[in-house]
Amino acid sequence: MLKTGGHIDYNTEVITVRHVSKSFGENHVLRGVDLKLHNGENLVVLGRSGTGKSVLIKLISGLLKPDSGTIEVLGEHVDELNEKELQQLRLKIGFSFQNSALYDSMTVRENLEFPLVRNKRHLSRAEINHEVEDVLDAVGLLNTINQMPSELSGGQRKRIGIARTLILRPEIMLYDEPTAGLDPITCIEINGLINEVQEKYKTSSIIITHDLACAKSVGDRIVMLLDGRFERQGSFDEIFDTDDERVKPFHDYNFIT
Amino acid sequence: MIKNIQRILIELANIHRFVMRFFREVFMPPYEFKEIVRQCYVVGWKSLPLISLTGFITGVVFTNQSRPSLAEFGATSWLPALISIAIIRALAPLVTALIASGKVGSQIGAELGSMKVTEQIDAMEVSGTNPFKFLVVSRVLATTISIPILSFYTAAVGLFGAFLSVNQNENTSFRVYFDQVFDAVTFLDVFSLVLKAVVFGFTIGIVGCYQGYHSSKGTEGVGKAANWAVVMSMFLVFVEEILIVQIIQAMRA
Ligand SMILES: Nc1ncnc2c1ncn2[C@@H]1O[C@H](COP(=O)(O)OP(=O)(O)OP(=O)(O)O)[C@@H](O)[C@H]1O
Ligand SMILES: [Mg+2]
Repeated sequence: MLKTGGHIDYNTEVITVRHVSKSFGENHVLRGVDLKLHNGENLVVLGRSGTGKSVLIKLISGLLKPDSGTIEVLGEHVDELNEKELQQLRLKIGFSFQNSALYDSMTVRENLEFPLVRNKRHLSRAEINHEVEDVLDAVGLLNTINQMPSELSGGQRKRIGIARTLILRPEIMLYDEPTAGLDPITCIEINGLINEVQEKYKTSSIIITHDLACAKSVGDRIVMLLDGRFERQGSFDEIFDTDDERVKPFHDYNFIT
Repeated sequence: MIKNIQRILIELANIHRFVMRFFREVFMPPYEFKEIVRQCYVVGWKSLPLISLTGFITGVVFTNQSRPSLAEFGATSWLPALISIAIIRALAPLVTALIASGKVGSQIGAELGSMKVTEQIDAMEVSGTNPFKFLVVSRVLATTISIPILSFYTAAVGLFGAFLSVNQNENTSFRVYFDQVFDAVTFLDVFSLVLKAVVFGFTIGIVGCYQGYHSSKGTEGVGKAANWAVVMSMFLVFVEEILIVQIIQAMRA
């Protein structure tokens, strides 16, 4: 199930994170994080619960501000942009939230239209409908188009969440635990979807997960967040070729019975 | 004690910043007209049954309670004028605002609170929509527009309730009653109704949105947001009522 490449350009970095720190009061979550995402690459971020993985991608998308350090996305310094420039940049970043964050007062169709009608005002009604049906088809949920989010299962919500971010054709995708809490078959479907997105839309992605099967099947490269820093990185096998007690349990829990 | 005062001061500063942000963004395009209209419908239409009932009862009860005092002086013929002034100057905007604080304020607080907690507000932000404009500005405008309209409606229903009572007891006809009612009101009375209602409406909207937008993580955060939205907007409505009455009195003199 190991991944066979994409079209990765190791000479272009779409995201560059340098020495980023972030604390919440006394809680020092990130302590000097460095990270690179190459063009076309699927980068998996592993780490225990509460190590600040979600915080990291919120920093990248400008939802949170770093205490120190710099974050460059597609050549722009995120923390130096004004409101408008940030909004423009965000259109190129798809953010799939840990809990899907679907708008629960709107139907699936309205959820998907929402970013579209607001950001691509020149589109006609027919074009919007076409786009919506296109991404829904890509995640295999065309039949749910008129349902409310509350009527969907967790896995369906995840996929709709991914569809909603795909609809703006982002250059970068940030997936926050796309397979958490899902059954193995749905996980495999989602992993397939992530790889398909990489192929079809030529995106570069950061995938946050605890799920090593997911890491193995979607990751071109894996980094591990330990004690507020990325201490290990490499391919799947390189990462787990260690006796480090902070790393081994991840592997053993998943693959040894 | 000092910690509490500090917390209140920080809260006030945050609210001030929130209000300033509202005024900065309300005039900036793009305008979310569709959402404003939808919110007006939610705020206005949905509180209509409760407001009708309360307005009507207020009119009847106020009339019945005032009658004995006037009767002592044989002055029950002044009832329509008294009712009209009381309802238009004070009761209509106040009753409307208190009902709306409970019904609309809590709903806004809970709705935005749960959107905040489930990261829907963050999701809007990262998908290139300004959530403050879409969620907050539209709701605050909706309450600021709807509460004055509702207040006039409450006044009408209240005056009608009072009429039924007066008609029953004093045999005053519809024409005579409303002639006296309208004779008693001055421009300043109507102005004070509108001024109060606009201020109350703005308060209910902004407090509900503030509480929701800043609600803490977790489901109990949502309940707290809704609860505080009601408590705080009712308190502010009373404070504003007192202040506006002073201002209007000064203008009258
Ligand atoms: N807005 C915030 N305010 C205060 N503390 C926060 C905030 N966001 C995150 N934290 C804290 O930062 C730490 C890391 O949180 P984060 O959500 O990034 O963890 P995570 O690595 O994504 O964990 P999980 O795998 O459980 O999702 C936690 O201790 C959390 O309490
Ligand atoms: Mg997380």
